[in-house]
Amino acid sequence: MGGWLFDPAHWSGSTGIPVRLLEHLGYTLLTLLIAAVIAIPLGAFVGHTGKGGFVIVGLSNALRALPTTAVLILVVLWAGLGDFPVYVALVLLAIPPIMAGTYAGVRAVDPVAVDAARGVGMRESGVLLQVEIPNALPLIYGGFRGAALQVVATATIAAYTGAGGLGRFVFDGLALQEFGQMLAGAVLVALLAVLVDLGFAGLQRLTVSPGLRPVGTGGKR
Amino acid sequence: MTWIFENWERFWEVTEVHLRLSIVPVLVGFVLAIPLGWWASRSQTARAVLFPFANILFTIPSIALIVITPVLIGVKILDEINVIVPLVIYTVALMVRSIADALSAVPGNVVAAANAMGYRPLRRFLTVDFPLALPVTIAGLRVATVSNISMVSVGALVGLGGYGQLFTEGYQTDNSPKVIAGLIGTVVLAVLADGLLLLIGRLLTPWARAGR
Repeated sequence: MGGWLFDPAHWSGSTGIPVRLLEHLGYTLLTLLIAAVIAIPLGAFVGHTGKGGFVIVGLSNALRALPTTAVLILVVLWAGLGDFPVYVALVLLAIPPIMAGTYAGVRAVDPVAVDAARGVGMRESGVLLQVEIPNALPLIYGGFRGAALQVVATATIAAYTGAGGLGRFVFDGLALQEFGQMLAGAVLVALLAVLVDLGFAGLQRLTVSPGLRPVGTGGKR
Repeated sequence: MTWIFENWERFWEVTEVHLRLSIVPVLVGFVLAIPLGWWASRSQTARAVLFPFANILFTIPSIALIVITPVLIGVKILDEINVIVPLVIYTVALMVRSIADALSAVPGNVVAAANAMGYRPLRRFLTVDFPLALPVTIAGLRVATVSNISMVSVGALVGLGGYGQLFTEGYQTDNSPKVIAGLIGTVVLAVLADGLLLLIGRLLTPWARAGR
């Protein structure tokens, strides 16, 4: 079964595994960047003011229910083939977990710390940027890493409308009835997901205050 | 929207298939996840094994799992089981963690009180631990249900049923109203299922709101 994956012929050229891997990684990273730029300020603002939390939760849930395949196909039908539909579909997928994580993180910051920040005369922007967001980072990373896993896995679907990425192997293998190729695609996506998550776990260790560390990922609180 | 009314019979037919393909895996996966979650809530070793394994399962894209399943279990690619098995796997992967977290969060003094009153382990689990774990468990179940409803559509990429068929057919015939009909169906189904679970959760845990 591993024959396809380890055949040197599949590791070179413009349709080889390294190129597809980089395309997949490219979709993932740019998607996460765009989604973070949209979702973190929204989640943080609503978490800070405490107003509109219901809207954030409702919006996240509604977006979560949105089938990515349908969004991808619709944007392709309206705007034509290419990478643009892929980004629209994936960004919509990545926003809910990041937004929900940021909102929950900011809400969960110890009110005593927020009070103290106001007490020492911080402006609201300082309270948010220097106290609430740094304290919320573990939960923000939680949402972000969840989004990253979903995006890596779902970017596979991009190949259905002819775009690149590791999904090419899955769909080309399906069309050619080549099980080895489909399996190779699936394994590579799973591997990439693990690597991306490890990368963000490292980033999290570097950027989250050591005092907050035990809360990290999935540990008991 | 008009597509739905003009093609009501077809719409209803895919709705039925979609419901079946999303609800069955949630039920099966939930039942399978209860003993695993219980195990993970009691043993550090179980957590160390189950959680990373569940995380890795999650990273396998659904389309890949759907195309691999028939080869692994030896059925035709157009068998509905090829969507059901992957979704059961995702549901278990998700629910193990939420059930384990929920059970770990049951207050120790309550458990001790139940033990002191002479509850045997099974009865204590069914009448004390599990009910107290329900709010968090149901929250996990809502996420699993909604994501299943959304993921069933992926099966259509290999020719299986459900709203996803409207997506692929709409794509092939350049018929965006058909795609939108499937999209509306999926979202409505997800919102209804989510609301239903929320309601069931409230009815089952009246104490959760009493103290506020």
